[in-house]
Amino acid sequence: MELFKIILLVSLIVCAVSVAFTKDLLTSIIIFMSYSLIMCVIWVLLQSPDLAITEAAVGAGVTSILFFVTLKKIRAIRREEQDE
Amino acid sequence: MIQHIFLNLEEAVSVILFGIGFTMLLLHQNLIKKIMGMNIMDTAVYLFLAAKGYINGRMVPIVVDGIQDASAYINPVPSGLVLTGIVVSVSTTALMLALTIRLYERYGSLSLDQILTQIKEEERA
Amino acid sequence: MSRRRDNYENSRWMKFKRWVDGETDPLAGRMEARAYEDKKASHSSNHGRERLEDLEADTEEVLKRLPIFANGYDSVVDKGLMAFRRMYKVMSVLLCAGIIAVLLWTVSYLPVFGDAKNPDNNEVSARYIEKGLQETGAVNIVTGMILDYRAFDTFGESCVLFIASCCVLVLLRIDDASKDEHVQMRKKEAEYDRLYEPKNDIILQKCACILVPIIMIFGIYIVLNGHLSPGGGFSGGAVLGSGLILYLNAFGFQKTGRFFTQKVYQRVTLSALTFYCLAKSYSFFTGANHLKSGIPLGTPGAILSSGLILPLNICVGLVVACTMYVFYTLFRKGGMK
Repeated sequence: MELFKIILLVSLIVCAVSVAFTKDLLTSIIIFMSYSLIMCVIWVLLQSPDLAITEAAVGAGVTSILFFVTLKKIRAIRREEQDE
Repeated sequence: MIQHIFLNLEEAVSVILFGIGFTMLLLHQNLIKKIMGMNIMDTAVYLFLAAKGYINGRMVPIVVDGIQDASAYINPVPSGLVLTGIVVSVSTTALMLALTIRLYERYGSLSLDQILTQIKEEERA
Repeated sequence: MSRRRDNYENSRWMKFKRWVDGETDPLAGRMEARAYEDKKASHSSNHGRERLEDLEADTEEVLKRLPIFANGYDSVVDKGLMAFRRMYKVMSVLLCAGIIAVLLWTVSYLPVFGDAKNPDNNEVSARYIEKGLQETGAVNIVTGMILDYRAFDTFGESCVLFIASCCVLVLLRIDDASKDEHVQMRKKEAEYDRLYEPKNDIILQKCACILVPIIMIFGIYIVLNGHLSPGGGFSGGAVLGSGLILYLNAFGFQKTGRFFTQKVYQRVTLSALTFYCLAKSYSFFTGANHLKSGIPLGTPGAILSSGLILPLNICVGLVVACTMYVFYTLFRKGGMK
């Protein structure tokens, strides 16, 4: 269990660093989503399932959906400018 | 000192995550990346709080079999605090993203430097 | 008695103030292009130098085409700017490394992780655990805490959600009646955005047919069992909201527009917040005056128990679900039509 926890914590840091270094925005959003999911498992290990459910629904679900929609909106504006 | 850090692994990781988020906030020009850095800082603080409430070998704070001894369950206070924090962080993220969309519509760029230069040029003109 | 200084304009404080206000470039006064021109004039006879200068002029042309340099800075100031940027990057990395080091040093002095004698495991949490079941009737102590002992906090937080959705509404809403040029442009954009949607994507629709009922039932289960099992208004509301978003993505705005309009959103959110406010006002009023509230707590573990917590959970869940859905629709096309 201790080893599992250490693996999760290390992969949390790896995810955060790769969010910082990824050039493509879509990729970094997806990595951020997986960061939230790892955080959710850590909260189950920390004996707070309330937080795990909320993080899975809110952090990995709604936040990344909002990021995706923002990206789509911005790309739509850019495409329209290119057409003109 | 190193030994103590290994004993407090969760707290150490959350501190490092906080630093990574802060670096993203300072170094990236892209506004969406800055918002992600903010989110990482948020979760780092939540991890720190939740780690402080954990006690080894105790149960989730849900009453089982009528056991109502304080030495049977972990500390419920940090869980409650973090639960409210997560939902508030979503609403702030949504607000910041909405502002980003409006900025992009107005200035055609996500880079903070370019937006600021354009604002200054408009002021000069 | 204040003495007026003649050379106030040239004083350091004034320069600093101007620099802070962004009126002048801090490098503009000293590193002007004049020295550069002098050099050009004095060495013009030399053939080799001329070629070098031509090359320099070329690089300047190329640099001007880059977006950062397109603002008419001359190359000397550009060098200063580049140096400033590099300096800024190095300094911010050093600053963050310093912050991490100091915080890690602090962490090494914190009480050991997972120890029962930590100072934050004090009489407050002991009291919540020992008396929580009798006083609130909720089996889940966390829910009992945030919706009974600290219900005022949660009320403020629901209001934060409501205010955030109002702000997003102000920022992103597209008004049909408006004659403003910007609004018309954004409206066109929103229609353009919908042009590329797969109208009736069969795979997405079949998946949504199976998934949406399960997600909705799971969300309702989380909301209703908030006092018995992990979960509660916030998480259940977010699950319900994401179920609605999936339904919207699969079947389009015509289907959701039939049961979820702006009016429905306003009524549901406002009535949920008002009910929350009135219910908690009642229990605060009776509690402060040492009256009996008269709300039965029921048997712990039953679904209809723990007094006000179940209705309050439903209220919070409704507010959160509506807010998440409204965020999505506003981001997508600026309104619920």
